[in-house]
Amino acid sequence: MQKNRNFLFHLYMGLFLVYLLLPLFVMGGAAFNASKLPTIYPWKGWTDEWFIALWNDNRIWIAFRNTLLVAIAVAAIAVPVGTAAAILVNSIGGRVRSVLYGLMVAPILIPGVVIGISTLLFWNHLSVGSGLHLSVLGQVSYIASFVMLLVLARLQSFDQGLEEAALDLGASHAQVMRRILLPHLYPAIGAGAAISFFQSIENFNITLFTRGGADTLTVYVFSKVRSGITPTINALALLLIMVTLGMAVWYELSRRRKARIELAREAEGRRASEAEEKH
Amino acid sequence: MQDLLRRYGAGLTAAFIGLTFFWLVMLVILPNFTMLESSFRPYLAKVDEGGPLDTYSFGNYMKIFGNEVDFSVFGWVIPTPVRVKVFLLTIFYSAVVTVIAFVLAYPLAFYLAKIASPKSLPTLFLLLFVPLWVSEILRSFAWWIILALKGPLNAVLMQLGVIDTEIRWIAGFSPVIIGLVYTYVLFMVFPLYNAMQSLDSNQIEAAEDLGSPWWRTHWRVILPHAKPGIASGAVMVFMLSAGSLLVPSLLGSTTSGWFTQTIQGIMLDSQDWNTGAAFAFMLLIICTLFVSVAMRVFGVKLSDIAK
Repeated sequence: MQKNRNFLFHLYMGLFLVYLLLPLFVMGGAAFNASKLPTIYPWKGWTDEWFIALWNDNRIWIAFRNTLLVAIAVAAIAVPVGTAAAILVNSIGGRVRSVLYGLMVAPILIPGVVIGISTLLFWNHLSVGSGLHLSVLGQVSYIASFVMLLVLARLQSFDQGLEEAALDLGASHAQVMRRILLPHLYPAIGAGAAISFFQSIENFNITLFTRGGADTLTVYVFSKVRSGITPTINALALLLIMVTLGMAVWYELSRRRKARIELAREAEGRRASEAEEKH
Repeated sequence: MQDLLRRYGAGLTAAFIGLTFFWLVMLVILPNFTMLESSFRPYLAKVDEGGPLDTYSFGNYMKIFGNEVDFSVFGWVIPTPVRVKVFLLTIFYSAVVTVIAFVLAYPLAFYLAKIASPKSLPTLFLLLFVPLWVSEILRSFAWWIILALKGPLNAVLMQLGVIDTEIRWIAGFSPVIIGLVYTYVLFMVFPLYNAMQSLDSNQIEAAEDLGSPWWRTHWRVILPHAKPGIASGAVMVFMLSAGSLLVPSLLGSTTSGWFTQTIQGIMLDSQDWNTGAAFAFMLLIICTLFVSVAMRVFGVKLSDIAK
């Protein structure tokens, strides 16, 4: 009975993974099909023309550069803002804290369309025209929330006594910040920067309303898919999936290596203590 | 506050407050306030702005009415303004997507939390994360390919002899639902997993030892414990679906309008930003309502959802 049930669950897990991953393979496979339409069936033979077309597409390179610039700018603003907000909200209590916390979490729950439109209208009011700089500001408004949550979670395990000790020993405020608080927060800050970067690359709704005339990768792919569909997009999709997979595999390998090193260290420690006891 | 000053000094404290102020006031509060304010003002030529015509009214909100079409609800045909219909259908189908995502995610989350061996978990999670990292637009594009009239799904079904003629999948709301579920189901899996993982397995065993059938164990022990996860998953999936513009634009047809598409048309095609603001505000209101109802029904706080 128990075994039977577990088998069903394993099966479900497998089917779910197929459901998640198969569409991506179909899309990637279509990049090699000589058919003018992006599909894997009917198969009209292998080709690499879509990759060459992709390489020669100037607009896509501009869109790619824009996407990177926006993502870097978003990470550069969202990380300090989110970190500062987390430190601030962590140091106060009572009603003020819950109001502030609510305000900081709310942007995650606001639809992207609304953020895009409100950002556009507000800065237009201040005579700042639309463009990618507005996309950056719009994206920061909700991505900073993610950074704040990550840093706030990390702050829970921070021992404030360390700061007290440093202050008592004559450290300056800047030193306390740089040598004690920030090093403790680095993992959260790193994760926050990565999330900011990827969220920004993904973003469509906010960018669409604030971009002015500039293209980012998602907006460009969108317009391409809606108008003249060519398998160039499949070639691009395949490359992006490969990059993602590559990073995933690299992450998994480094995790396993770390786990092995950890294990070896433990074994080493055990042997050492055993040797100690024998003496 | 005193504590911050003592630890980090006046300069750094001012920097913390300044950055937070910039974020919350300049990027969140004032833009939304501006949007609310403009939503009550008419769309005028530049010269008339600030003139006698520039008065506050509900005119923009009223534009949701007009242009009546037939809307059949369970067989009843009710004449409804087309934009109201789109608005209601968006909410309804977002709720449908949320329910489907929950049904798909629940067994998976349970498997990950209670059955899968801890050793294989990191690899499984990595495999689940891969589609999440592939951008939303490519995920819906993938389904666009699969569901195309001459696409692989029809081809496979015809080969297997299940169907004789190709089915037009891209019609009505079903491709949009398929795309939305595929795109957002993982936002249901992870909160559910987090909630179930904290349940003591002994409680499940106790229930089984006392003779509870499996469905009652789920209904009385596991589901109640997973409540915060359900709430946060449901909120995420509903908000993302109702606010999605990519999936309905790519996978939708002429018979499946989504409210975000209405807003996009007003903002970018008609360039009527004030009416766009009014409609965006309606979308914001409905989403806020959904979050509050979900929090009330499941008895969770905002901080639980944010996890």
